[in-house]
Amino acid sequence: MFLAKRFIDTWGLTELVRGLGVTGRYFFKKKFTIQYPEEKTPKSPRFRGLHALRRYPNGEERCIGCKLCEAVCPALAITIDSQEREDGTRRTTRYDIDLFKCIYCGFCEEACPVDSIVLTDIDEYHFESGESGVVTKIDLLSLGDRYEAQIASARQQDSAYR
Amino acid sequence: MSWIGTIWDSLPLILQLGIKIGFIVGPLIIAVAYYTLAERKVIAYMHVRVGPNRVGPRGLLQPIADVLKLMFKEMIIPSKSDKYLFLIAPVLAVTPAFAAWAVIPFSGTLVLADIDAGLLYVLALTSMSVYGVIIAGWASNSKYAFLGAMRSAAQIVAYEIAMGFALVGVLMVAGSLNLNTIIQAQSGGLHQWFFLPLFPLFLVYLISGVAETNRAPFDVSEGESEIVAGFHVDYSGMGFAAFFLAEYANMLMISALTVILFLGGWNPPFDFPPFIWLPGVFWFLAKLSLVAFLFLWFRATFPRYRYDQIMRLGWKVFIPVTLIWIAVIGVFKFFTPFGVIFS
Repeated sequence: MFLAKRFIDTWGLTELVRGLGVTGRYFFKKKFTIQYPEEKTPKSPRFRGLHALRRYPNGEERCIGCKLCEAVCPALAITIDSQEREDGTRRTTRYDIDLFKCIYCGFCEEACPVDSIVLTDIDEYHFESGESGVVTKIDLLSLGDRYEAQIASARQQDSAYR
Repeated sequence: MSWIGTIWDSLPLILQLGIKIGFIVGPLIIAVAYYTLAERKVIAYMHVRVGPNRVGPRGLLQPIADVLKLMFKEMIIPSKSDKYLFLIAPVLAVTPAFAAWAVIPFSGTLVLADIDAGLLYVLALTSMSVYGVIIAGWASNSKYAFLGAMRSAAQIVAYEIAMGFALVGVLMVAGSLNLNTIIQAQSGGLHQWFFLPLFPLFLVYLISGVAETNRAPFDVSEGESEIVAGFHVDYSGMGFAAFFLAEYANMLMISALTVILFLGGWNPPFDFPPFIWLPGVFWFLAKLSLVAFLFLWFRATFPRYRYDQIMRLGWKVFIPVTLIWIAVIGVFKFFTPFGVIFS
């Protein structure tokens, strides 16, 4: 009996036909592909993308130049110089992040006492030259201004879990 | 319409033949181009992907983009290669792949050369294509190319024999080498087609056909994951395009032969009105597409054979099977009253 079954299975190519059946079924299945530039997968509010520096609602920049982010940065990607402003507060004169060094760990955001440096959910950006990947304070502040709504809503959604 | 006939008759013979050849080779090249797109689409669908869909509506211009890219790429000739053979190999691969189409009857009357030894001609030319592969592998002067060529040579020798024996079965049943006569012997509907009485030979022929064209699961001569790209690693630009063209033209050729020899050629599947209204060309191309789809289906389904398994299948399984079935046909046809099932 076993021999007969084996004979039929071998010469009837039953295993090959079963294999073809599997691929044949998948041929008609709904496709998973996401048409990238037109369609995108949803992102978590904790997504760590491009950096930004935030401001208070009155327009004052949050960063007080405490350099905690510079100290905590494991990739040494952040460089900060600070000075006293006319009104007596300490402000940064230079806030550079080298994105070629940055590993997007988000420690700078965790370390920041005033929620100034944050990681936005922007993951589509590029540099025009390969020589330097440094973003300066002006760039970071303008990024913060442009994406404040998204940054604030992501922090809002995540606040319940922190 | 008669003036077209008069002009046609006044043309010199060589020009008439040239136009006829153009009408076969032109559509064939387009069919090959779109067969590559079909392959990518079919395999993608079986992977639950959507495949190429960016160039033109639903990706329909993709093959044209591919061809243009290959045409403008530089053709690199390795400095240690045998330049003469290196350049002649793609030509040797393409020429037989196209020349074999000369005897294929697309319908009862639509055939370029209705020669009596048509099957022999086809067999001879499809065997020629292996020279392109071997010479390419040798001339490249690279170990991967050489390995690919050696594997291809051994494989084709093994499967050519089984394939030839499978054709002998068809010859015994049809009693002719002329492709049109073979098709006419299968007229009268589905149950008359040779794949039923010759079922083992049909399977052997189909599988040998896949092996003959070096397609998955018998693609050890290209063996992407083992020997990079096998015999054509060192080819780029048009040289590579020529091998690509030859491979796909050969696949279509094997599909066409399967249809002619086993699936009734241009005969409709049923011999009553709604089916016999459609022209023979339609039925021929429809069946050809089905078999060609099988090639893609196989590639999406089966993992590559190990080399010794390929050899075992060719020599120890297919050749005995075909020999036994030929003997069975002979005995039944000439020594028993049941010979009708084989005629």
